[in-house]
Amino acid sequence: MDQSNLTSATATDLAHFLDKGSCSSIEITRAFIERVKTVDDRIHAFLHLDEEDMLAQANASDQRRAKGETLSSLDGIPVGMKDVISVEGQPLTAASKILENYISPYDATVTRKLKEAGVVIGGRLNLDEFAMGSSTENSAYGPTRNPWNLDCVPGGSSGGSSAAVAAREVPLSLGSDTGGSIRQPASLCGVVGMKPTYGMVSRYGLAAFASSLDQIGPFAQTVEDAALLLEVISGHDPMDSTSFPTEVPRYSSEIQSPISPCKLGLPAEFFGTGMDDEVRKSIEDAIKFYESKGFEIVQVSLPCTDLSIPVYYVIATAEASSNLARYDGIRYTSRSLKAENAIDVYSKSRGEGLGEEVKRRCILGAYALSSGYYDAYYLRAQKTRTLIRKDFEKVFEQVDAVLTPTSPTPAFKFGEKSDDPISMYLSDVYTISTNLAGLPGISIPCGFSDSGLPIGMQLIGRAFEESHLLSIAQVFDQEHGFGRRAPTL
Amino acid sequence: MGLAGGLQLSNQDYEVNKMKYEAVIGLEVHVQLDTSSKMFTRVGTGFGRPPNTLTNPVVLGLPGALPVMNLDAIEKSIKVGLLLGCKIASICKWDRKNYFYPDMPKNYQISQFDQPICEGGEVEIEMPGDSPAVMGPHRKVKLTRIHLEEDVGKLTHFESDSLVDYNRAGCPLLEIVSEPDLFSPDEVFAYLTSIRNSLVSAGISDCDMEKGQLRCDANISVRPVGTDTLGTKVEIKNLNTISGVRNGVEYEIRRQTKAMNEGEPIIQETRRWNPDQKYTTPMRTKEMAHDYRYFPDPDLMPVQIEQEWIDRILLELPEKPFDKQRRYQSEMQLPYTSTSALCGDRPLCEYFEEAAVLTQVPSKVANWVVNDLLRELAQNTVHNEDSTAEVVTLGNCKVSPVALAELVNLIEDGTISNNVAKELFPEMFTSGKPAKELIKEKGLEMKSDGDEIETLCSRAISDDPDASEKFRGGKEGAINALKGAVMKATRGQANPKIVDETLRRLLSS
Repeated sequence: MDQSNLTSATATDLAHFLDKGSCSSIEITRAFIERVKTVDDRIHAFLHLDEEDMLAQANASDQRRAKGETLSSLDGIPVGMKDVISVEGQPLTAASKILENYISPYDATVTRKLKEAGVVIGGRLNLDEFAMGSSTENSAYGPTRNPWNLDCVPGGSSGGSSAAVAAREVPLSLGSDTGGSIRQPASLCGVVGMKPTYGMVSRYGLAAFASSLDQIGPFAQTVEDAALLLEVISGHDPMDSTSFPTEVPRYSSEIQSPISPCKLGLPAEFFGTGMDDEVRKSIEDAIKFYESKGFEIVQVSLPCTDLSIPVYYVIATAEASSNLARYDGIRYTSRSLKAENAIDVYSKSRGEGLGEEVKRRCILGAYALSSGYYDAYYLRAQKTRTLIRKDFEKVFEQVDAVLTPTSPTPAFKFGEKSDDPISMYLSDVYTISTNLAGLPGISIPCGFSDSGLPIGMQLIGRAFEESHLLSIAQVFDQEHGFGRRAPTL
Repeated sequence: MGLAGGLQLSNQDYEVNKMKYEAVIGLEVHVQLDTSSKMFTRVGTGFGRPPNTLTNPVVLGLPGALPVMNLDAIEKSIKVGLLLGCKIASICKWDRKNYFYPDMPKNYQISQFDQPICEGGEVEIEMPGDSPAVMGPHRKVKLTRIHLEEDVGKLTHFESDSLVDYNRAGCPLLEIVSEPDLFSPDEVFAYLTSIRNSLVSAGISDCDMEKGQLRCDANISVRPVGTDTLGTKVEIKNLNTISGVRNGVEYEIRRQTKAMNEGEPIIQETRRWNPDQKYTTPMRTKEMAHDYRYFPDPDLMPVQIEQEWIDRILLELPEKPFDKQRRYQSEMQLPYTSTSALCGDRPLCEYFEEAAVLTQVPSKVANWVVNDLLRELAQNTVHNEDSTAEVVTLGNCKVSPVALAELVNLIEDGTISNNVAKELFPEMFTSGKPAKELIKEKGLEMKSDGDEIETLCSRAISDDPDASEKFRGGKEGAINALKGAVMKATRGQANPKIVDETLRRLLSS
């Protein structure tokens, strides 16, 4: 089969090809490796690609298949990993200089689950350092470019994961989402990206940014593919005490059965000023589409929405200041050559090894937790977080899902916001409250701007009702399939 | 710093000052819980392993590693709380204590800040009595709280660099914090002894200070006798042996007393006890204190402690050592010396009770246990016939409680004399043979045959007319010479009671 047919195919298609015997995992894997070699010098989605290791995994998959011992429908299909998810024997840099020489000695739980499903784990994907950012401009190894316009950012922090799928360098990838880090880059790159309910996917092996907000989730061309990958990585993990003991539905088969139209809520607070006109137009079209399918559109209110950014930047930075303390130049992290005593090892190694945004957030967080400030910042933020969660609980008494734009604008240009942290923080305004409330959210491509940049729609669902949320998303996606469109590279 | 000589008080001055000033001491006692795995991961625990072998991604704080609670550590903490009469929290919640130090892989310690697992409670202590044979006065020392945290690694400093061993890092560590309710080094010693006895006997920890399983910091202040307000507090660290605690606390009381007596200010600070030089030196002042930036650990869900859980642990709770001691004294009429030797050692008590119920004479059994059994165990090594040697502990000791009871009963029923039994015991200990078998082998039964004894008694009287005459003349003690002769003739196996009766009968006729 032609290589470009393989790289443009969805994971579901590739699974069919493999089942029919029309191609092998080796051929698929080779095709994607070739694609990376062809386009990634322009995109820079990859920080590391272990070709030999990927081909060995593909070969093992083909041998399983020959013996009729295929492990899952994703057996033999490559999945790229955001460079914060541990894979034994592979580097994990978190796009930071301080982890330049670190090789992970163990598998994250999601990695183990992917291996058990026979997936070909391939490539370490770029991000904003330690997942802090919305553009990948904070990567210590250089930014990733948006495949739809190389002058634009891919979003972030999982910009490498979204760009790699958009540029057809991998059919599927994993990212992590702390305040929108899956959904916003998915929106800016025109692919599907989903953040599951907090506790649905194990965090064991994910280098932590903000423990109470981080979730791993899938990127794909279609909702169907995202469902397929999500069902592999989800489920209770005794290694993560925040993981929730619940059964994992077969999302990929559940979304095949048609759902009866339900209620979608439009939160007034999300549709105020600051939204780009073309984004507004695409979202309105999507709303009309759902109406045409018999869905009831309900105006709802999430009154605490404007508090979500300040609350997020207290809680996330506080947790980060503690989570990142381990990167200290003592053990596996790079030690400053200028260090002359113990204090130097800490201050110089961290001073040289961590980037500006990471340092900014660690300092902010340490401040918020300091004696005398704790009550005013951290404690107050936690209380406000409860209010935000309650806002959603109320709304979900009225509707089945909330529909919003994913990002206020399409992809922006490099440097446009990087000098102004606050304006960068505001690009997550629609996604952050989902993390604070621990809810599942999905971004689906819903159109393009006049200049050809993708626009994304976000659907937010009830906790642990991923199945229902995916089904609602599928109604739109199977009709439109904007994520099937590929940029010209 | 040259503080040693200058600050030492003569004993005489100290005694005088003691009348004027009173020390107030609070202790923070750290106890390593004896769990098979670490507090937040499945790696094993243990002392003396090669450095950095008891580690994994969680212990080393690698990117992505997450803690998961070891419920056994919570269970043991609840047990300690119940033993010490604390209020048990309904939720066990975790906080991070943030500070940079190379003994902590994550640069934060998982601990409990505002919601300790146990609050309140008290530790019963016993002060020395007038003599070792007399029970001393008892008092209850108030506790503030007990919380659970993870231990840190161990640093070893060399001239130009330092090495760290993370084997100890992540082991469950209980911190027992007392109120400022101790008033002398002797009380501190009694307090530590009591905690150690309680926890060892409950199987919580071996509390071996040499292995770092029990560590202690002391907060010390002095004030004029008769005042209620607390003086400026000084924290003493590095009190790593029982004698270190005693000496360190005593030194610091002397130092502060002298300063106060001379009108010098006492600075609120942390000082280190230097066991070799025997003085404390400043480590850091209050201004240099860390801001630990405590906050709830988002990686760990709080654990609910249901009443049923507490109830079950209550049912399994062992008797407290001092309660046992009182019971042995009142119910079994054991002398204080026996009870004080027994009650700190729960397996020994179990051994004793198992033997005691098989006899009518528990106090005699106790004597055998605390004298003979402990003496043999102290020698610790038994050389077998095939010239192999083995270390003997109570657990693998060849004299079972049943065998000891049999030995005691054989004395009681007159089969053997006490002296013979004393000779037999070491042999029972090495060979494992029951007393009856050894007695038969050696023909050591006591001779109670009336005719034979009468013959021997008659012979003794006729062989020693002098002694016989003296006895008849009213010298009671003269009969002993005659008894000795009979015993010698029977190699000690004649029943002393029958010999006595027979001699008296023959001498009075």
